[in-house]
This record gives sequence, C-alpha cells and structure tokens, in this order.
Amino acid sequence: MLGPLLWILVCCFAASGSAFAGEDDAEANAVWRQLRAALFGARPIAVADEDTLALEAPARAADAAIVPIAVRSRLDPSAAHHVKTVWLVIDGNPSPVAATLHFGLESGRADVETRVRIEQYGFVRAIAELDDGSLYMATRFVKASGGCSAPAGKDPAAAAANLGRMRLKVDDAGGEWRRAQLMISHPNTSGLAMDQITRLYPKPHFVRQVTVQYRGRPVLVAEVGFSISENPSFRFMFRGEGGGELAAEVVDTDDRSFESRVPVTARADGI
Amino acid sequence: MAAARRLMAWACAALSSIGFAWGGDEPPFELVEAAPGFFVHVGRHEETSRANLGDIANIGFVVGERCVAVIDTGGSLAVGQALAAAVRRRTDRPVCYVINTHMHPDHVFGNAAFAGGGTRFVGAASLPEALAARAGHYEARLADALGDAAAGSRVVTPDLLVDDRLRLDLGGRTLVLQRWPTAHTNNDLTVFDEASGTLWLGDLLFEERIPSVDGSIKGWIEVDARLRELPVSRVVPGHGRIAPPWPATLDAQSRYLGRVVTRVREAIAAGKTLGETVDAADPADAKGWALADAYHRRNLTAAYAELEWE
Repeated sequence: MLGPLLWILVCCFAASGSAFAGEDDAEANAVWRQLRAALFGARPIAVADEDTLALEAPARAADAAIVPIAVRSRLDPSAAHHVKTVWLVIDGNPSPVAATLHFGLESGRADVETRVRIEQYGFVRAIAELDDGSLYMATRFVKASGGCSAPAGKDPAAAAANLGRMRLKVDDAGGEWRRAQLMISHPNTSGLAMDQITRLYPKPHFVRQVTVQYRGRPVLVAEVGFSISENPSFRFMFRGEGGGELAAEVVDTDDRSFESRVPVTARADGI
Repeated sequence: MAAARRLMAWACAALSSIGFAWGGDEPPFELVEAAPGFFVHVGRHEETSRANLGDIANIGFVVGERCVAVIDTGGSLAVGQALAAAVRRRTDRPVCYVINTHMHPDHVFGNAAFAGGGTRFVGAASLPEALAARAGHYEARLADALGDAAAGSRVVTPDLLVDDRLRLDLGGRTLVLQRWPTAHTNNDLTVFDEASGTLWLGDLLFEERIPSVDGSIKGWIEVDARLRELPVSRVVPGHGRIAPPWPATLDAQSRYLGRVVTRVREAIAAGKTLGETVDAADPADAKGWALADAYHRRNLTAAYAELEWE
C-alpha cells in the first residue's frame, strides 16, 4: 500500500545505520547524503533565502511526538517563479521523508504548518522545487528524541472511537489568500513500538495521502508518512476567490478514505 | 556489564547495612511512618539521572497482620531493592501485593525487586496494555539516563486488575483500590487505607513538583473535583510532601491545570497555532512549581492537542 519511494527510503535508512552528523554540518549527514542522491541526483541545491522558503521549527521540542513545523514561501504563485513541491525531511527518523507537498495555482502561497514526530536530535530540512526545476533548501537543527518509538495515543479507546473524524476550518480573516486548517482524528501508528505482551509490532496504520481542492481544483496534494503526529493537522493557504467549496480527502494505509467539505463564502470586498 | 555487576554488588552491600546510600555524600534511603504501619519514602524533585537512579517518586508500603502491600516501586531496580530492604527491616511478613498507581517509569521500574515468589502485581485494567505499548520506549529512555545502572530494571506486567474497585485484605487491614477515568494517565489508581484513613493518590496529585499531563487535562480537572469530595483525613501525593494541606494542595493543582486550559482555549479561539501557543507560554502560569521549565510547555502542547477538538 505504501508508495515504493517510501520503502526505498526506509531501506535506505536501514542500510545507512545511524551515523548522524553533529549540529554544525548539515551536509555531512549520512542519511541526508543517501536521500539527496535518491531524490535529486546531482542537481544543485541552493541555500534558501527567506522569500523563497523559510522553515520554522523549535530549537528544542516541548514534546518529541508533536513538534510543530512550518514551511513558508513568500513567492507569489502567479509570479515568474513559484514553489511547486516541498519535501519535508527529518534526518533522524526511521522514514526520513515526512511529507511531500505539491502545490497548484489555487494554493496561494506554499505555506503549510503541521506537526511531526522526531526520533532523535538532528536536522529537519525543507527542500523546495520551483517551477523552473531549481532547488532550494532550508534546515533547522531540532533537539527532540523518542517521538517515533513512543506509542501513539494517551487514550487508545478514545482514539479508536474517533478514528476518521475530520475538521476543516476556513479563517474568515485573510488578505490576498485565505487560510484553512484540516484536522484528522487518526492514531497514525508507526508500527515501531513493540507490544511487550504479544511481542509483536502493531501493523503500521497511518494517513498516507491528503488531497485538498477548492472548486474542484487542487490546492494541496500531500504524500505523508508516520513521521506526521497522531491526529494529523495541516494549516495551509488557498486562493479563496468568489465563493465555492473547499473539499479534503484523506486516505490511510488500510485504503480507508475520509472526506470533509466546507462552503466558502465570498468576502464582502468581493475577493 | 562489569560496571553493572560492580554496581549491583555495591547496592547489595549497601542494602545489607543500615540503609543504602546512593553515593558518597548522598543521604540514606529515608522512610517515614506516616500512619501506624503505613510507610512512605519521598522522592526527589528531579529528572531521572545516574545520580538519583530514578528515585524521584513517592513509594511505600502498608503492613497488615498477614502480609504487606507495596505501593509503587521507584524508577529503577536499585530503588525497588532499597524499598524491599526497607520492608524487611520493618517486618518479616511477606509482600503479597505490589500495587502500581499508574504506568510511569518512576513508579514501576522497581517492580522487578519483588518479582518471583507469590507476590501479585496489581494495577488498573488498562495498565497492561499501556505498559506493553510503552515498555520498549521506557526501557530505552532509562538506559539513556542511567547507563549500566539501568540493568535489571524492567516492566513487570500486573496480573491482578482493577476494573472499578477492589478490596485487598492484608489481614486485619483492608486497602480499597479505586480506578479513575482518564486523567493524569488512562490507568490511574488510588489506594485507600481504611485503618488510618489515608488515601494514596499516586500522580493524581502533585505537590511542589509541576503536574504533567499524559492522559486528559479535562479529565484530570473533573477527577480533581471528585477527589475533593472524598472524606479523607490524610493524603499521599505521587510527588511532594506526605500529608500536605488538604484540599488546599488539590486546589493548587486544579488552579494550575485550569490556567493551562484557559490559556490554550484563548489561543485556539484567537487562531493561534500550536507553535505560537507554546512559544507564548507565560512563566507566571507555572510560578512556584519545581521543574516548570521541563514540563510547562509540554503541558501546553498536550492541552492544545486535546482542546483543539472541542
């Protein structure tokens, strides 16, 4: 059920061991070097300036199982250059590619906030591919550990009862773009925390794809993994011109799909 | 391994003398008789470390005419062994029960010191699943903190489970165990000693040390309200002093938890993200609590993840 790329990355990690670089050298990390070759080959990757791509992450996480992360681009999607895709990579995680985010013309700016699990101290990086194929990377070193091997859920009974519940909210305020938040009640189980009674690892069960459309046109298409925290949350922007319907569809690794729709009314100023 | 063996040998030697010492300048394993036959060892307000061996939670035991019930066992085998030695110094009656008030490592990792023989391990009905899911994670974290000194510390799964309420007869002395809805964790259990009117609250009550939310902050506040109505004369918190002022101590905890809920609800209503909410943490909200730096932001995170679904 998983994308072949994800499995390649898991294997890539397994083969590379855990030779993690220190805080001073983001390029030297062994996992990143293998990932870089697999994803981007020999293509040059420039250091991102703040307008092209900013990555927000806490220097030290309050809780490694729910670390807020944001990627933001100030490039206007209708301008000469804009962001098409952002890869969110967590070097120290069992499956380092946490999310691949694809943006369309309805996306507004490439601007997404989510929450991730972080297994060990290391670099978090966002790599943006622009429409002309150029690549830019922003990195942050995050001190957090144990976020993946910790079991999901403070209350498994409550989580099971709520699985698939969704919430899609659109902020009333906003300038050129509207901001929305998609929340999905889902354990997003990594399968990495062994059950000590059965001595078995639980089956991985997590959200693998998120598709958001406005008036039938794509806003955000995200391929995601179990590095995304329990009860995945995504805040994003879209071009909410006129009125219409914002629709989200989520598919998990059991191929169950969940949908949520919300009407968006035209604003008083006509935008 | 050699270091671990040396440590065990040292621990055994220390235990056979008066008490046991953690290291050169450390105090011995102190025990207070909070009520006749009701003994408590008060843990330190620290994170688990090589220096304290996980002796950071309140642990103790109750002596009946027939046998002894141990309540929580500390954060490592060494602490559990110190407690077992303290029991033997006070009585030759066997330990028939080890009661775990909840799943957290600083309360359960000494269990192995009581395993084997006829001792039953008692916990909430939800405790085995919670421990099974976390044991690997907890053991890895303990090894990170203690190194070789973590050797032998392991999770012992309870075999006597409490669905709602259970009475344990120690011979002429009865303990009443009560399970609670999800609050500090989803497996909180309290122990009431009828003979002395003392209620052992485990981590449903923190005093001095900042409460940590690992269950449901809303559930905890509701449980606090129910605890407040109980006709008890004396309580033992999971962290803090023996028999702190009651219910003032509970009220202080409820105020802190309520403050966190209010802050987070305001932030969510104002459209603040999780990151913004945690970054805006006001130290004044956690003023006076030990280890606030380590836990206040985490509590805001847990509360946000819970309350954003309201």
